[in-house]
This record gives sequence, structure tokens and C-alpha cells, in this order.
Amino acid sequence: MFEKILIANRGEIACRVIKTARRMGIRTVAVHSEADAGALHVEMADEAVAIGPAPSAQSYLVMDRIVEACRATGAQAVHPGYGFLSEKEAFPRALAAAGVTFIGPGPDAIAAMGDKIESKKLARAAGVSTVPGYLGDIATEEEAIRIAREIGYPVMIKASAGGGGKGMRIARDDQETRDGLRSARNEARSSFGDERVFIEKYVTQPRHIEIQVLADTHGNAVYLGERECSIQRRHQKVIEEAPSPFLDEATRRAMGEQAVQLAKAVGYSSAGTVEFIVDAARNFYFLEMNTRLQVEHPVTELVTGLDLVELMIRIAAGERLPFRQEDVRLCGWAIEARVYAEDPKRNFLPSIGRLTRYRPPAHDPAVRIDTAVAEGGEISMYYDPMIAKLITAGPDRATATKAMLRALDAFQIRGVEHNIPFLAALMAHPRFAEGRLTTNFIAEEFPDGFRSRDLDADGVRALVAVAAAMQARREDQARTLSGQMPGQGRRPRTDWVVRIDRTNHPVRVTATDGGADVVVDGRTIAVRSVWAPGDTLWTGTVAGETVAVQIDPAGIGCRLIHGGTVIEAAVLEPRAATLADLMPVKVPPDLSRFLLSPMPGLLVSVAVKPGDEVKAGQELAVVEAMKMENILRADADAVVAKVHAAAGDSLAVDQPIVEFA
Amino acid sequence: MRDVLEKLETKRAGARLGGGVRRVEAQHSKGKLTARERIEILLDEGSFEERDMFVEHRCADFGMEAQKVPGDGVVTGHGTINGRLVFVFSQDFTVFGGSLSEAHAEKICKVMDQAMKVGAPVIGLNDSGGARIQEGVASLGGYAEVFQRNVLASGVVPQVSLIMGPCAGGAVYSPAMTDFIFMVKDSSYMFVTGPDVVKTVTHEVVTAEQLGGAVTHTTKSGVADLAFENDIEAILQVRRFVDFLPSSNRERPPVRLTADPTDRNEPALDSLVPANPNKPYDMKELILKVVDEGDFFEVQPDYARNMIVGFGRLAGQTVGLVANQPMVLAGCLDIASSTKAARFVRFCDAFEIPIVTFVDVPGFLPGTAQEYGGIIKHGAKLLFAYAEATVPKVTVITRKAYGGAYDVMASKHLRGDVNYAWPTAEIAVMGPKGAVEIIFRQDMGDPAKIEARTEEYRQKFANPFVAAARGYVDDVIMPNDTRRRLCRSLAMLRNKKLENPWKKHDNIPL
Repeated sequence: MFEKILIANRGEIACRVIKTARRMGIRTVAVHSEADAGALHVEMADEAVAIGPAPSAQSYLVMDRIVEACRATGAQAVHPGYGFLSEKEAFPRALAAAGVTFIGPGPDAIAAMGDKIESKKLARAAGVSTVPGYLGDIATEEEAIRIAREIGYPVMIKASAGGGGKGMRIARDDQETRDGLRSARNEARSSFGDERVFIEKYVTQPRHIEIQVLADTHGNAVYLGERECSIQRRHQKVIEEAPSPFLDEATRRAMGEQAVQLAKAVGYSSAGTVEFIVDAARNFYFLEMNTRLQVEHPVTELVTGLDLVELMIRIAAGERLPFRQEDVRLCGWAIEARVYAEDPKRNFLPSIGRLTRYRPPAHDPAVRIDTAVAEGGEISMYYDPMIAKLITAGPDRATATKAMLRALDAFQIRGVEHNIPFLAALMAHPRFAEGRLTTNFIAEEFPDGFRSRDLDADGVRALVAVAAAMQARREDQARTLSGQMPGQGRRPRTDWVVRIDRTNHPVRVTATDGGADVVVDGRTIAVRSVWAPGDTLWTGTVAGETVAVQIDPAGIGCRLIHGGTVIEAAVLEPRAATLADLMPVKVPPDLSRFLLSPMPGLLVSVAVKPGDEVKAGQELAVVEAMKMENILRADADAVVAKVHAAAGDSLAVDQPIVEFA
Repeated sequence: MRDVLEKLETKRAGARLGGGVRRVEAQHSKGKLTARERIEILLDEGSFEERDMFVEHRCADFGMEAQKVPGDGVVTGHGTINGRLVFVFSQDFTVFGGSLSEAHAEKICKVMDQAMKVGAPVIGLNDSGGARIQEGVASLGGYAEVFQRNVLASGVVPQVSLIMGPCAGGAVYSPAMTDFIFMVKDSSYMFVTGPDVVKTVTHEVVTAEQLGGAVTHTTKSGVADLAFENDIEAILQVRRFVDFLPSSNRERPPVRLTADPTDRNEPALDSLVPANPNKPYDMKELILKVVDEGDFFEVQPDYARNMIVGFGRLAGQTVGLVANQPMVLAGCLDIASSTKAARFVRFCDAFEIPIVTFVDVPGFLPGTAQEYGGIIKHGAKLLFAYAEATVPKVTVITRKAYGGAYDVMASKHLRGDVNYAWPTAEIAVMGPKGAVEIIFRQDMGDPAKIEARTEEYRQKFANPFVAAARGYVDDVIMPNDTRRRLCRSLAMLRNKKLENPWKKHDNIPL
């Protein structure tokens, strides 16, 4: 076994690998860019080596620096994590040249699986079910139409070198095939510098289900069940679970066996993932093989009880797989939600900054959190804006879902915008509960982007009860204020009004041992909690149900954050609540006449000047944030009245850039 | 007897009706509450003890003798806020437009006199069209009587003004001399001369809102401390505010029990100050993580934002917090921020409220605008205020404490009781770059030399240890431990006694 390994990665995956290595008694070396000098993975590792400036192209992606770091520290093996160099075939070769072991598959397997067309051909040859289609390069429209008709519409035209949804077109008839071929080739050329495209059957109602395989260097290979990752936003996985609610035992075995066949065919060793697309009739087709540890590997770990990183290390060290296929048991259910620093209300724009508050859910055997941040940490513009992976497990899907909802409610993040409200909305979605997933889930259920759902009457009542119970605690505290007039001090009151959005909810509150009984709408709700004023998280029970609500002070009331929604509630004395109805409704200033900066960033260019007539969809300005150039377009036809900012300006969020007449 | 009782009831009913149903409706339609409704929600339920309900004006001109409303346009008395005594007057816009008559002024003076005798705050709810013109000079005399009491009460009992309607002309000077002014957005304004006069005299066209609305006074002029959306919000915030204030200069600040541990550790504070000395950070995060329950009542949040002032509690006891804000103008001292903080420090000192100061100040803002505006005199106000203050003064230097600004910000030399520095503190005459450019002017042509010198200066002075070696800093503390250290220092200083030499009063550079 290795005595020292280097982790050629950062963030949660680096921390994740270090944890296992430490448990195995292996010393660890972290590498880090200048921006990550104080990062958690650096702190956790036994040694750390600086490998360059913040941009990953000058640090985490530079093989020579990592090889050099191995040499300098005497690391015998390198775990690449995911992303960065993990799927670059040159990396294991470079390491091998330096006498360092790569904890992953051999370079040939990486190369074979790295090309979309080649990997499909290989898969087909290995007896793996592939999507009907033509894998050769298609140059002419006639050829494309002939092939499309052969396969049968609808078809998908895809860039050979593609990824991330670029260079993909769906065609439902000949005309669309002609158009799609042209535009896919154009996009492929500009995105990847390679205009080759191929055509395959377009699978409707597709689900993304992948098989985890594990192979050693002695020719043994097993599959560890599947993960369903159908819930994706723009081809980025958002929620993953194991097992899939869709597969039956026969399909699972068929997929697993084919995945193992493929692994064996390419001489695979280490952990890998064979991705399939599955249609409504449980027909499955090979998509691609990921020759690395996946982001979502924890769900497999939780249902198999295995540590994939440990197994990868043992395999790299030449050990045999310690179990056979028949020993693999899937037990219970696990769900992973990716917590990202992105604002679901602003079309998931990335958000950067300091985590002024970061309180993950309290320790609980049903909850696993893989992260590399702590309160006070920085979400930087240089790397992936993932904050944490939140994984919950349970004996069945419903229990794991419930644990996830509770964990999301208790997960406190402030300082950057984050997608927890969106994750909570996904988890609470009835279609998720039914398991009716497809890769179009988000596009179909949130066609106009994310808007937090309205609470139902029971939900509102529960939050009203919580607000009232908190008031009872505040009353206890108010009575301790010094300097009260003898005999005229603050008298406890039991009748209050919880005011939410100009609606008054009268309540009667009786303090009890460890909480309060709250009468709302004629029902008595028992509320129990150890909450004290100033606590930003209220946890306790409402009518026997365990509930977590986040509390942010706001004016004379507070914001209650729960189930992905935010309500503002003020607990008022009845007279004040009645008079509050007399207060005017103030209409916020009309900002539709302005183009506002959707994020803090640098104004790269302004494409219009006063007097210009613009059409809906026309480019108005470009704002750079997180190294991304974001094109801001006109929502509607308008005439530019004034330009408020100039190229080169740094913009605050919501700062006006262009004003329309 | 029965007749008398009936008459009493009739009179009371008349007083309660104010200007009549129609005018009350008009008041409501403007989004404003009536004088009595405001008192109802300001004070604890049932605690209001009204006085002078039957007072009427004595004007016999212009037909006024036929128009008398019991109470004469102002409701006065006392009651409690969370059990603590306060005096209150609330002008009634439905009665003669809330205008101030001689009798109206007498009622206000009466509660102020009583408040000073018993030592309790005065809260004024202002909603008045101005002087009762029919009364002429008697009304002006009334204003002056109120002004005189504002001055005598200043520093004796806290005075809080809520501007909930018009407040123009001479009337502005009563709130102006109180300790804090809260305004209601869109329905209140304050100015010495209104838009019409402005137009006649200077040809400037301006709306009342632009000239003296809540936003103007809380962002541009600094006349008002806080602006709220509506009457209810403003009044309920006053209730919250009063909980922080001592009742008078004869009492200690109030204490409210808290479950928040005094030794609460905040690890994230260790990374608050960025490695790059030119990178800003939000000082409010420090304040919110240090005070009890994260409950900070900021005053003047939108004016001179390079300085943060406000009230919080440590171990349950009220403290005044003053802090440079590196997010705005690098946290420098300028005219506006100096006067803002100076006035706050003097309020705290007058009412025995301990002052906690967080320092990250690169110096005074340079430029002609500042010099012509008199930064020398205005900066001196803050220096003066800190130097004369005898209350417990605890200071934490988080990063920069440069030059004269270091001296000003509650330094040890100004009788600071406990001065802490974070390890990131740089206590020096100026930043390393500027210092080297002066000391080694002859090397300016040689970048390599200058860089070496800058590094040398940084090593030597850009740290807390030079100051600590001289005892200017009592200890270098870990940021995560700041709350515990502050609570312990304030507990130690609880019985601090310090007196300035006898004088009639000082001569602060106004």
C-alpha cells in the first residue's frame, strides 16, 4: 500500500479523498493555487504544495507542476478527483514517466472512452445497447436525411467532440434535419474547433441512469447498482439518487452486466461510470463512460456501504477486488442534492462572495455533507460555484426525501445567493415523489424559471404557530428588562396577531413547558422548541412534526425561511395589527424602464446609445462576472433614453445600465 | 353630580374625537394614523395616563373663540414602553392642522418639565402645520418655551422625535435639538423654508419630498437618523429603540437577560480581514457577530456610511458601537462621518452608555472639498468627543490605525480603558507605501530599493506589536475571541469612575 498520496484537486472532492486516505493510514499531499492557500483541503492534508496562480489553467490543470509536486514530496500515487486532469490520458502517462501511480484507469481506457463516437463503436462491439444511429461523420444534407429516415424521426444531430449541450439539434422532419445539420456543424466548429457531427435516435421521455462499475487490474469487474440523475438543469445534474425509482431487477442486472462487459472490453481498472439513457419502456442505450470518480458517487456509497475512494486506492496499489458481484447488496435509498452558489431567482446566475454564515444541518446519521467550505470562507470566481453536496439516506425513498427536505430547511447559508430554495422545491414536488422523472423535469416543471411555491393553509398555520411561539419567548425576555415601573411592569399577554403579507392571523398563545400551545383558526397547535432570541435557526416540533425554520430579522418582524419559501411575518398586538390595515400599500419604483445589472461584475461593453431603437432580444450590454461574459438583451421593443454606465465600470447588482424612454 | 358626570363624558368624547370623523378619515386616507392611535401602539396597552385633556386655546380673534376643541391639537401624558416610564406628546393634525398655540405649547412644556423631574425619556410625535397664525406672537413664544426645555433636558433625559407629518419653519428646531429624529417616508418632511419660498427666492424648483423628505434627511443632510415605511413601523421601532436607552443621566443603561453566552466564539471572524490590505470587508459582520443575539440598532445607516454607529448589548447591557466601515471610502474620516460619530459618542457619554469602538481607518479624506468644508474643525469634534468621554471605552483595532485618525478613534491616549488589537492590526503613522515615499524620497527613482524599503517598513510597523510594546495596545487578541474579551472588559469597567475638571461647559469646536 502507498505511504503517501497526492490529491490533484481542490474543494470538497480533495477533502473527501483526504478523509479516506487518513483513515487508511496514508499520508496526504494537497496542491493548491494562490487563491486556495487557506482552503480547507490544504489545512486537512499533511503537506501542501503551491502550484500556481488562481486560474486553474495556470495551476490545477498544469501536469508538470503536479508531477513536480509528487517528486518534491515523495508522493507515490495521485488521486485526480473529478474534473481538472482526471480524464486527460496524458496525465497518467506523465505520472507513470515519473514513477508515480495514477489512482484511476489506464490511459488507454481513458482515451478509448474519451471520444464520443469511438466509445460508442467500442460499446456496440462489446455488446452494449447503443442508441440507433449512424456514428460516421455526416457531411451532406442528403446523407443526413437518408440516415434520419432510416433511424426514424425524431433524431438528434450531435457534435462528435461535443459536451455541455453545445452542438446538439433535434430534428423531427427532413427540413429540421437540414437546418439542424448546418447549425450543429457551425456551433461545433466555433465551440470545439471540430465540425464533425453524427446522428442518432432521439429518445423521448429520457431518463439518465448510470451504472457504477469497479474493476481491478486482475481482470475482475463488478457493478454497484445504478444512480438516477435525471433531474438536470441545462445538462448539469442537480439531484441524484440510488437506486433509481424506475428500474426493475431485470433491467438493473442487464444494464449492470453490459456495463461490466464494456469495462472488461476496454481493460478498465478503478472506479468508472457507464451512463445510459433509458426510455419510458425501459429500453436503455449507452451514452458514454466516465473514467473517473463521479460527483454523485456518495449515493452509491450509502446504499452499498462501500468506500469507493478506498477501493480506488486499493486497486491502484494492485489489490484484488475484495468481493464478488453476488456479494454486492443495495440497501435503502440515498439522495444527493448539489448546493450551488447561484441565484435561482435570477436564472441561476453564479454568486460569489464571503460566506457570512454557513451552518450545515446538525449532525445526523441520515445526513452526509461533502464540502470544503466553512463559515467565513469565500466562494471565488475562479472555480466551480458548488458549496456542498448534501446527501441523505433512509430505508426507503420517502424517508430519504423527507430527511433531505429537513436538512435543506436547516442548511443556513448567507453572504452568497444559493439554490437551496430551488432544491427544496424539487424535493417537495409531487412529481418527484411519484418518481416520474425525465431529463426534462426542470424544463417542464419550471418553464419560466424558479418561483418559490406558495405555502398551503397548513404550511402557513405552522409558520404562524412558530412565529407566535417565538413571541412567547420574547415576552419572557422582555419581562427581564431592568428599570420597569414597580407594579406597572410588562404584563404577559396571550393574544397576538401574526401579520403576513397584510393578512392578520389572530392567535392565542399559552406558554407551556418547553414551548407554547398556539390557537390558530380555532385549532390548538402544540409547539415545542428550545429556541432562544437571537438563534437564527428554529428547530422543534409543530403538532408533533419535526420542523426547522430559519429566522432572519427584518424590520419590525422577521423573515421565516422554510420549504424553499420565504415569508415575512410580524407579530403585533391586536390593536397595532388592526391599524396596520390603514397603512398604505407602497408600490416599488418601476424599474422595468431600466436595464439593471443582474449581478456584480464588470461592464465589458454597451451596444446601444441614446436614441437607438432596440428590438426584443437585441443585445444591450455585456457584463463579465465569474469570468463569464453575460449578454444582456432587451426584454421588449424600446427606445434607449440614457446610458447610465460606461464600459470598464464595475457594477453592483441592480445598478441601472440603460434607461429606456 | 350626574350632570357633572355626563358633562365629563361629553367633554372626554369630544376630546377623543379630535378634529371630527371627516378629518380623521382624511388623516387615514393619507396613510397616517391619528395622534391617539399613535400613542395607543407606542405605549404598553392600557398604560397611557393622559393629562390636560380639557385644555383649550384662549384666542379670541378671527372667529377662533367659536372653534374650540378640548386638548387643542396635542395629546400629552405618560405611560410605559415594556414597563419603563416615558413621557409623550402627540400632535393632532386633525385639530387646527396640529398647529401650535400658546396652550398647545404649554401642554408640551408640562410633560417635559415632569419628565426631567422624574427622569424619563420624552418622545415627541410631530405632525403639525406650524404656528397657530391666529395667535401671532403668543404662538412664537410657545415655540421658544419648548426650545428652552429641549435644551435644558438635553443630556438629562433622552429625547426622541418622530416626524410623522409636516414640520416646517421654526417648528423644526425643537426636533433638531432632541437626541434622535425618526421620519416616516412619503408622509413627513422637515425644512426651514418650503418649496414655494425656495422658488421665489432662489428660483429653484423642488418638491417637498426632495427638499426635506425622510430620504433626503437620512441620506443627504444627516438631519434625521432613520426613515421608516409607515407610522406603525416607525412607532414599533421606537419601542425597540427605547429598550436600549437609559431613562435619564441618573440611571445606568438598562439590562435585559439573554441566553447568548458571553464567551460565544466566532471562528469566521479570523478570516474577516482579507490578506490584501487594500481589499475592503464588511465591518457590520463583526458587529453582528459580537453583540448579543446579533441585535444591532443602527443609527444613521444611510448617511456617512464610512462610519457605523448604533446600539447593541453585551452581556445584556446596552453599549454604543462606533466603527469605521472599510466598505465605504475605505473607512476614512471625513466631515460627515466625524460629526456623525462625534454626536453619537457625546450621547453615549451623556447617558453613561459604554462605548465600544472598532477601528480600521486609513486616515482623513484629503481634498479641497474637505479642507474648505472645515475638516479640521469637524474632525476635531470627534477627537474632542472621545477625549472628554468618561464612560467605559473599549477599542478593538482590526486593521489600519494610521496617523492622526489612530489617535482620534478612542486610542489609549484619549483615556481608552482597554485597547485591543487583532493580529492583522497595523498601527502606524501611515501605510508602508506612503511612509517610504517620504522617508526615502531620495530612492524614489529606484523601484527595487523602494520595494525593499516598503517591505522593511511593513515588517517593522504594519503590525500591532510596536504599539503593544509601548503599551498603547493592552493585548493582541484572536478575532474569534472578541466577544468574550469585550464582555469581560466591560464587566471589569462596570464601576468605572472618572470626572473631568469642573467647568461651566466645554467649548467643543462647533
